[in-house]
Amino acid sequence: MSAHQRPLAAVPVWLWAAFATCLGVQIAIQAMRPPPAATASDLPPAPRAAALRAASLGEPAAIARLAMLYLQAFDLGAGNARPYQQLDFTVLAGWLRAILDTDPRSAYPLFAAARIYAEVEDPARCRVMLAFIHRSFLQDPNRRWPWLAHAALLAKHRLKDLQLARRYAADLERLTNAPDVPMWAKQMEIFILEDMNELEAAKILLGGLLETGHLQDPAERRFLEQKLKELEKRLSSGSRQ
Amino acid sequence: MRPELLLARSCVTEARRSALPWIALGLLGAALGLAAFLSQVAVTESRELQAALAAALLRAGAAFLLAAHVAASIVREANDKVLELALALPLSRTRYYAGKLCGFGAIGFALAGAISAPMLLWASPGSVMLWGVSLGLELLLVAAAGLFFSVTLAGVVPAIVSTVGLYFLARAMAGIQLLARGPLTDESWTQAAARGVVDALALLLPRLDAVTRSEWLLYGAPGAAEFGAAIGTLLIYTALLCAAGLFDFHRRNL
Repeated sequence: MSAHQRPLAAVPVWLWAAFATCLGVQIAIQAMRPPPAATASDLPPAPRAAALRAASLGEPAAIARLAMLYLQAFDLGAGNARPYQQLDFTVLAGWLRAILDTDPRSAYPLFAAARIYAEVEDPARCRVMLAFIHRSFLQDPNRRWPWLAHAALLAKHRLKDLQLARRYAADLERLTNAPDVPMWAKQMEIFILEDMNELEAAKILLGGLLETGHLQDPAERRFLEQKLKELEKRLSSGSRQ
Repeated sequence: MRPELLLARSCVTEARRSALPWIALGLLGAALGLAAFLSQVAVTESRELQAALAAALLRAGAAFLLAAHVAASIVREANDKVLELALALPLSRTRYYAGKLCGFGAIGFALAGAISAPMLLWASPGSVMLWGVSLGLELLLVAAAGLFFSVTLAGVVPAIVSTVGLYFLARAMAGIQLLARGPLTDESWTQAAARGVVDALALLLPRLDAVTRSEWLLYGAPGAAEFGAAIGTLLIYTALLCAAGLFDFHRRNL
């Protein structure tokens, strides 16, 4: 107890009682209140990246991640009457675009687009997300290639749109030149062409890849040479028929 | 010991004996706790989220704490007539002002050190060191602004509001300029006038959005040119605030 304070006994009894009563009433009222109910609402229009930057007070990395949490809480909230499958994906893509423009080095918006939103059952919504990923990739291919690779896989396996998958795979191969881009990503187009039965084009691409000398791993080189032989065999058997 | 150093030491002692260290500790706990909580909600980049949020909250919180402390200390001294007593001694106004600024600057650097330490959980020591140095100089600028407004306005609330207002306006100004030049803005004369006012205001403010960036903790230390420009901005504006404060202090009739 501080020397500047009087003892507790100096407080009048009525004040003790009043304090205890008020505290009890406060706790009772709060305990009787029902838990907060979720309100159904649609996603508001996306803000401009400049507005997000202005609101960030010079902390774009922090505001970008907070905005992602807002978006995530909005659509993944258990109590939300409109789960993310029903949201307007054009607006959603606008939000992701604004957040990515606010902090272009963050992987969060592209992760959410590729791994959460693009996985919806609705093909139209999936295509909106894939288009967002593709546009974002074109701005910074060497950093954002993993998301385009995932988009190509989704286009191939989920949408069964081999043309779209091939376009993504071709852009990935053509526009990336960073040393950390793995060969499997660069070889994607070959396998998609093979699935499309475009054996001649696949053979040319594969042969070109082997000739560049970029393949360092001997096992990978052996595997692709074997693949090339198989393609040639299939081509020759096809031409004999 | 030189009188300005004695004054600086008394400032630090006053801060140490006040509630400032405890409030700073509470701020640290609250910011780190909130960042840890929100990182549990994130589906990716949880480490980056913690670092960015903790850094942003602690940076703003430290600036507010220091501004409030400077204003309260200077106004209390003026009300208690300590200022008159000090100036009755063989001590020039410039030395008194410099001593106070050194003291508050030292408190700012101590705060910056305490805030930078937990950043080592998420970022490399090199990045944290540069971020911490930038934060220390940013808090020195806040101390200079707080001192200027406290001496000029002579009231706790006006001094805090002015310092915090200047600080947040300086941090938001680049974003406000971007908004004013956005593609959706029309080309009416009112718009052009508003843009002119914003640009003119920006000339009078430091670019605080370019200093102590949480990106330095997230994506690696800045280059020498970027860091040098950030530090230069802070030092130049701190010198400007000192000059303005001294100008007003020398003109005052006590």
